[in-house]
Amino acid sequence: MRSILPVLTVVAVIVALWYAAAVAMNATWVRDQAARAGTEVSFQELVPRTLAQDRPVLPAPHQVAKGLWDGWAGQAVTSRRSLVYHAWITLSATLVGFGIGTGLGILLAVGIIHNRAMDQSVMPWAIASQTIPILAIAPMIIVVMNSIGVSGLLPKAIISAYLSFFPVVVGMVTGLRSPDRMQLDLLSTYNASRSQTFWKLRLPASMPYLFASLKVGIAASLVGAIVGELPTGAVAGLGARLLQGSYYGQTIQIWAALFTAAIVAAALVGIVGAVQAVVLKRMGMAR
Amino acid sequence: MNLVLLALVFWVATLALNIRISHSRFSETRAGRLVVPAIFGLTVLVVWELMVRGLQVSPIILPPPTAIGARISTSLPVLWGDFVQTFVKGALTGWLIGCGAAVLTAIAIDRSPFLQRGLMPVGNFVAALPIVGIAPILVMWFGFDWQSKAAVVVVMVFFPVLVNTVAGLAATEAMQRDLMKTYSASYAQTLLKLRLPAAMPFIFNGLKIATTLALIGAIVAEFFGSPIRGMGFRISTEVGRLGLDMVWAEITVAALAGSAFYGVVALVERGVTFWHPSQRRQR
Repeated sequence: MRSILPVLTVVAVIVALWYAAAVAMNATWVRDQAARAGTEVSFQELVPRTLAQDRPVLPAPHQVAKGLWDGWAGQAVTSRRSLVYHAWITLSATLVGFGIGTGLGILLAVGIIHNRAMDQSVMPWAIASQTIPILAIAPMIIVVMNSIGVSGLLPKAIISAYLSFFPVVVGMVTGLRSPDRMQLDLLSTYNASRSQTFWKLRLPASMPYLFASLKVGIAASLVGAIVGELPTGAVAGLGARLLQGSYYGQTIQIWAALFTAAIVAAALVGIVGAVQAVVLKRMGMAR
Repeated sequence: MNLVLLALVFWVATLALNIRISHSRFSETRAGRLVVPAIFGLTVLVVWELMVRGLQVSPIILPPPTAIGARISTSLPVLWGDFVQTFVKGALTGWLIGCGAAVLTAIAIDRSPFLQRGLMPVGNFVAALPIVGIAPILVMWFGFDWQSKAAVVVVMVFFPVLVNTVAGLAATEAMQRDLMKTYSASYAQTLLKLRLPAAMPFIFNGLKIATTLALIGAIVAEFFGSPIRGMGFRISTEVGRLGLDMVWAEITVAALAGSAFYGVVALVERGVTFWHPSQRRQR
C-alpha cells in the first residue's frame, strides 16, 4: 500500500500535463475565432475558452468525465446514446468469444500434450501465429460472415475467440508440461493411469499458467470485439462509437468511448485476477 | 465430389505419415523437427484447395490458395507499395521511436524509486488497455498519412517496453552491485557495464512483444483513414469490393512481415544476450 502516494502523484502529473496540452492544442481555434471577430484574446480569456469547446482538438479531463457521466448515468440504459448499452454489446461479444477461444484452446493443449504427432505438427504454427497481426483479418471475417447471412454478435465473437485462442494454447501447453520428472515418477510408482495423472497432477499444476494466459486472452478478446465493430458501418458497440466520433469530429464522444473501453478492460482483467487469487489460494499455490 | 474424397485421402495419408515420423528416431533430429510442421502446413493448404474446388465454394467467401498465390504474383508492385507505407514508414518508425523513448524513460526514472513505484502500476494498467482505440484521435491530430500510424505505434509499444526495462534494470543481484562498488565504479559505469547488459533479456522480451503490437497498430490505424495505399487501407477497401484474394494476399504479406520482424529481433537478441541460459545450445 506504500505505492498509493507515488501512483497518485503520477496520475496528478498526467492530469496536469493533459490540461496544459488541452490549452495549448485548443488555443489555435480560439485565436482564429478571435481574429475572425477582429478582437484580441488575453491569456486569462483564452484558458477558459479552450477548456469549454464543443469539438476540441483535445478535450479537457473534466469534459471527458462529463461525457462519461452523461453516457453512463444520464441516459436510460436501453437508449442508443447510453454507453452502458454500447459497452454491453461489446462486452457480450467479448465474453462469448473469450469462452469459445479459451475452451478450444484448452482442448487443443490437452491434445498436444497427449499426442506427439499433434505436438510436433501444430505447436510450431501456434507459436509462429503469435508474431502475426491476426487482427488484420477482422474486417474479412465480418464481411464474409455477413455475406453468408450471419451477422450481429457471432462474427465479433469469432474474432475475439481467435485472438484469445493462441495465448491460451501456448500457456496451457507450458502449464500442463510444468510437472517435473520426479512428480511424474511418483505418480507412476502409484500406478496412476494417464487420466489420473492428468486430473491430479497436470491440470492443477497448470493453473498459474492458465490464469496468466487468461489475462492476456481477455484483453485481446476485448480489442478483437472493438475492432470487429469497425467494418459493419458503425451500428452499435464501443468500436462503433469510436468510428462515429471520428467521422463527425465528436472528440468528446471518442474519448468517452475510449475510457469506457479502458474501464471494461480493467474490470475484466481485475475479475480474472481476483478469480486467480481465490483459486490459487484454495489450491495452496498462492505465493 | 471426387476432389473432396481426394482431400480426405490426402489428409489421412499425411496424418499417418506425420504419426510415423513423430514416433521415429528421425523426429529427434533438427530436420525432423522442421519436416513435421512443414508437412502439416502443406496438408492444410492442399486440403483447403481441394475442398474449395470440390465443394464449389464461392471465391467471395474463401478463395483457394492457388488464386491467392496468383494474385500475389500479379500485384507485387501494389503489395510492395502497401508494405513500404504500412510497415517501413508506419510500424518501423513508430517501433523505433516508441522503444527508444521507453528505454530512455526507464533509465531516466531509474534513480527515483518514488517515480518507479508510481509509474509501474500505471504502466502495467495501461499495457492491458485496448490502446488501439486511440487510433481515431491520433489520425485526427496527425493527418491521414504515415505519421499518425507511427504515433499510434509509439503509444502502443511504449508501456510494454517501459515495464520490461524497469524490471530488467532491477534484475541484478546485491552481490554483483557490491562488486561494482568495491571497484569504485560510478553510477554510469555500473549502469553501462553491469545493469544494462543484465537487463537485456528483459528489454528484448519487451521489444519482441512490441514487434507484433507495432504491425497491429499500424494496420488498424489505417481502418480509421489513410492515403490510398497501405495494408490496412487495401484490406478494408478490397473487403468492401469482395476482392478476397487481394485481402488474403495482404494478410500473407502481413504474416510474413510480422514473422520476419520478430525473427530479426530474436536474432539480434541471440547476439546480444549470448550469455543467458535460455540462449545456450540445448542438448
